[in-house]
Amino acid sequence: MNDMRIVERDVQQNDVKIAAKGVQVYYGDNHAIKDVDVEIEDKTVTAFIGPSGCGKSTFLRCINRMNDTIDVCRVVGDIHIDGEDIYDPKVDPVQLRAKVGMVFQKPNPFPKSIYDNVAYGPRIHGLAKNKAELDELVEKSLRRGAIWDEVKDRLDAPGTGLSGGQQQRLCIARAVATEPEVLLMDEPCSALDPIATAQVEELIDELRQSYSVVIVTHSMQQAARVSQKTAFFHLGNLVEYGETGQIFTNPNDPRTESYITGRIG
Amino acid sequence: MTDASLNSPDNARAPRSLTQEDARTKKRNASERRFRAYGIAAICTGLFFLLALLAAILSAGLPAFRQAVVEVPFTLTQEQHDEAEEAMLKTAIYTNYFITSLSNTMQAEGVQIKFDEDAVERLLGKVGGDLRSHFRDNPDQIGEEIEFELAASSRVDRYLKGTFTREDLQGGNRFFMPEDFDLIDAMKEAGLIKQVFNWNFITGVDTGVDNPGGAGIGASVLGSFFMMLVVLVLSLPIGVAASIYLEEFAPKNRFTDFIEINIANLAAVPSIVFGILGLAVFIQFAHLPQSAPLVGGLVLTLMTLPTIIISTRASLKAVPPSIRDAALGVGASKMQAVFHHVLPLAAPGILTGTIIGLAQALGETAPLLLIGMVGFVARYPDTFLEGFLEPNSAVPAQIYNWAARSDAVFTEKAWGGIIVLLLFLVTMNTIAVILRRRFERRW
Repeated sequence: MNDMRIVERDVQQNDVKIAAKGVQVYYGDNHAIKDVDVEIEDKTVTAFIGPSGCGKSTFLRCINRMNDTIDVCRVVGDIHIDGEDIYDPKVDPVQLRAKVGMVFQKPNPFPKSIYDNVAYGPRIHGLAKNKAELDELVEKSLRRGAIWDEVKDRLDAPGTGLSGGQQQRLCIARAVATEPEVLLMDEPCSALDPIATAQVEELIDELRQSYSVVIVTHSMQQAARVSQKTAFFHLGNLVEYGETGQIFTNPNDPRTESYITGRIG
Repeated sequence: MTDASLNSPDNARAPRSLTQEDARTKKRNASERRFRAYGIAAICTGLFFLLALLAAILSAGLPAFRQAVVEVPFTLTQEQHDEAEEAMLKTAIYTNYFITSLSNTMQAEGVQIKFDEDAVERLLGKVGGDLRSHFRDNPDQIGEEIEFELAASSRVDRYLKGTFTREDLQGGNRFFMPEDFDLIDAMKEAGLIKQVFNWNFITGVDTGVDNPGGAGIGASVLGSFFMMLVVLVLSLPIGVAASIYLEEFAPKNRFTDFIEINIANLAAVPSIVFGILGLAVFIQFAHLPQSAPLVGGLVLTLMTLPTIIISTRASLKAVPPSIRDAALGVGASKMQAVFHHVLPLAAPGILTGTIIGLAQALGETAPLLLIGMVGFVARYPDTFLEGFLEPNSAVPAQIYNWAARSDAVFTEKAWGGIIVLLLFLVTMNTIAVILRRRFERRW
C-alpha cells in the first residue's frame, strides 16, 4: 500500500458495529477519557492516533472490558456492540472477549506449542467437537494469520521460539481462532522491524474482509496505510474522527493538523 | 566570544594525559579495590567457618558410621551340637565352644593370652546365645566352618577409635576391666577385629544406657518422614490456594493488606511459640495423641505455611502480566487464565519454595520439645496409620536427646545424627536448585 493513494481510496458506508456514547474513564482521581462519542463501522479498519498518554489504548481496552482487570479503573457511559450495551451488568465479560478479540503491543504467545497457542481459545469455548475439527480450525486460523506456510511443519515447536513478527502473527491467528467479530489491536507493530510490520499491515488489510478492526498506533504513516477511518485523541478527548484521507489531508481541527505535521505529540 | 577571562591563565587547564591517573581517579580506583578486598575477605571468612564446621561435624560424626566387629572362624560339629542341646545350661556350652575356637585361632596366629567367659561377655555380649540361635536358624551349617561375626561392645569400639584409653578406666566395672585391653590388643594382633559400616546406626532404634553402641536413628528418621508427609499434604494445597487467592483474586484493600502484613510477620515468629500453640490447641484442646508425628506435622505446617505463601506469591508475581492479558484476551475466565497459564509457569518457583519450607521444618526442634516428641522411642510403628499416631521422635529431637546423655558413645551418635540430618537437607536443597534450573523460564 502506498501513502499517495490515501486520497483516492474509495469510501463506502458500512453498518455501525460499535457505538460509544459519553464514555468517561477514571483511573482513581485521574480523568483519562473525557466524554468520547464514536461510531465504529463493521468491515472497516479504524485507527486511533494521538500522542502518548492521550487515552487511545485506554479507550480500546474499554471495548472488550480489559479495564475491568485494573482495580482503580472506572468506566462511565455507554458502549454498544450490535446494539447491546457491553457494560450491562448481565453481560459476561468472558463472553464479550470471545466476541471481541485483542492483539497486544508486545507479542505474547503462551509458552506452549504453536498448535496449543491457537487451539487454546477454541478449546475453552468448545468451538470444535473433535480433534479433526480442531486441526482444521487451527489451520484456518494460522492461514488467516498469514503464518501457516512458515509453521506448518513445526506446529509442536514452542510459540516463544518464533521471531518477533511471527509471534505477533501467531497472536493474531490466536485471536482470530475464537471467531470474533471485532479485532482490537493495541500498537501491534511497535515491537516489530519494518519487514514484519509490512507483513502485519498487509494482514490487517485482509482481515478487514471479515472483521471490524480497531488499531491503536503511534505511527501516522501506519494509520494512513491501513485504515479507512481515523480518530485523533488528545489529552483524553476525541478531537476529530473521520475518513482517513480527510483527516490526513484536510483536518478540521487545528490540533489535528499540528499533530499530523509534527508540531505536537 | 571575546570574554578575556576565558583565556586567562587561571582558567587554563593543564593538558591531561590518559595514560596517567590523576589524583581523583587514583582515589576512586583505590576505593574500588578496597571494596573488592572487603568482599573477598568476607567470603573467605564465611568459607573458613563453613569448612571448620564441616570438619568438626565430620571428624566427630563419621565414627558413628563405623562399627568394630570380631570375626572368628568357627566350626560346630554334630556331636558338639547334640551335646550342647542336651545340657542344662545350653548357651554356656556354646560360649565355651566359642572361647576354645577363639583361643585356637589366636594361637594359630601366634598370639598367646588367657581370658575367661566374663571377658568375652564384656567385650562381645552374650556370645553363646547368639551362636545357638544362629545354628537354630541355619541347621545346615552344622559341621561346616563358618566365619562368625560379632559386634564388639561400644567400649571396644571407642578403644579402637582412640576415644577411650587405659588412663580413662579407673579400676574397672561390670562393663569393662583393665585386662580387657590386653584381650582387645590380642584379637587385633591376630587380625580378628575389623571395622565395618554400621548399618544398625541407620536402621536401628534408640537404646538405653546399657547398650549405647546399638542406638540407631532409623525410628526417628521415620518419625520425621511422617511429619513431613503431614506438612506436605496440608501446607502445599492450603498455602498455594491462599496465595493464588491473595495474589490474583482478592481486592486490594485494608483488610487484605492486613492479612499480608500478618503473613509476613508469621514467617518471623520464633518456632517455640508455634510449639506452645500446638501444645495448647492440638493436644490440650483437641486431645490429639501426645508426641505423635501427626501433631508434630500440624505444628510444623503452621510454621511452613508463611514460607510457602510468600514464595508462591513471589513466583506468581514473576509471571509476566502479558500472559494473563493474552489468556483474558481470547476469552478465558480469570480462573482459567490462572490455572491454565499462570500456575504452570509459577510451578517451579512454588515447588522450590515448598521444598525449602519442608527443609526448614525438617530441621526444627523447639516446637517438638513442647509437644513431647523427644521421648525414648525404642520401636518402629507397626502400620502406616500408627506411623502418624504412635509416639515417635524426629531426627533433630533425637540428636538433642542423645547430646544430653552422659555416655560419650551417645555424643558420637548425636554427631552422626547431625550428618544424617545435613544429608537430608542438602539433598532437598539440591532438588530445589535442580528444579529451578530445569523449569525456570525466561522471557
